[in-house]
Amino acid sequence: MSNVKMVEAPEGHEGQGFFATSLDTVIGLARANSIWPLPFATSCCGIEFMATMGSNYDLARFGSERMSFSPRQADLLMVMGTIAKKMGPILKQVYEQMAEPRWVISVGACASSGGIFDTYSVLQGIDRIIPVDVYVPGCPPRPEQIIDGVMKIQELVKNESLRRRNQPEYKALLESYGIE
Amino acid sequence: MFVPLGAKSKRQLEQVMLGFVRLSTRSVLNMEIQGSEYLPLLIQLVFAFGFVAMVLIITHLIGPNRKSAKKLESFECGIESQGNARLPFSIKYFLTAILFVLFDVEVIFFYPWATNFREFGMQGFIAMFLFVALFLLGFLYLFRKKAFTWN
Repeated sequence: MSNVKMVEAPEGHEGQGFFATSLDTVIGLARANSIWPLPFATSCCGIEFMATMGSNYDLARFGSERMSFSPRQADLLMVMGTIAKKMGPILKQVYEQMAEPRWVISVGACASSGGIFDTYSVLQGIDRIIPVDVYVPGCPPRPEQIIDGVMKIQELVKNESLRRRNQPEYKALLESYGIE
Repeated sequence: MFVPLGAKSKRQLEQVMLGFVRLSTRSVLNMEIQGSEYLPLLIQLVFAFGFVAMVLIITHLIGPNRKSAKKLESFECGIESQGNARLPFSIKYFLTAILFVLFDVEVIFFYPWATNFREFGMQGFIAMFLFVALFLLGFLYLFRKKAFTWN
């Protein structure tokens, strides 16, 4: 007996042989359960990420087993580790080349705030160059924490309106980062 | 308009056309028996192609997209690409590659031929001779191109 858990059906109108719900919910459901991560691992948080992808913690349970090493087919940019200022433009380029819609998770103290490296050469948080959706604290965070962060992303993805990326607020956000 | 597979000649085609005219005048029940039993296939084909085309168009229309110059640049791990990937490079590599393919293939065919030399007899010998003669042309071409002057 397998214990595969199916996703529950969203709210909607049900009747004899039909089920109707909004397009937002269906697309959100599909997207949230097949997030393809693009790992951007630069240091020890990356090692924790390896454990997260391994069989013990198994991020594949959340539909994220397909890692994308090209930004073209990725949905979620996972930044794990210290981002030096020299690495900044590279990270930004990778983010900009990702296909829409895209989400970013900042794993660990270094990626989120620079961490212990309060120095001239380290970027004090990746949100200085790209917009971040979820921050995972820890130095490094345990795999459970990373999974929790991914689940938070899933929540965001599930509840995102299809119009969000066309709204003036979102455009203004990208403009503030200098992203076309 | 579609034509059953058997109808090749013009006369047959005419007969089939006549058949269709006759069929159309008959009852609906009779129509299903002949010719038009392929109609569901045609409808399915149209539906399949139509579905693919429709989905492709709709995803491009309603899906979010952002086309900036930076995004459409070729991906080189986030580092800005330098120059063009399609560079002209020395013909020597090409000649070496051709040389390899030439003799590699030749040797591969020589082995089974050598082990079955007696069974193949004269016919096999002629076939192999033609094969080698063909390769000799490539060999001569390479010789003319000075692929064997190694310095």
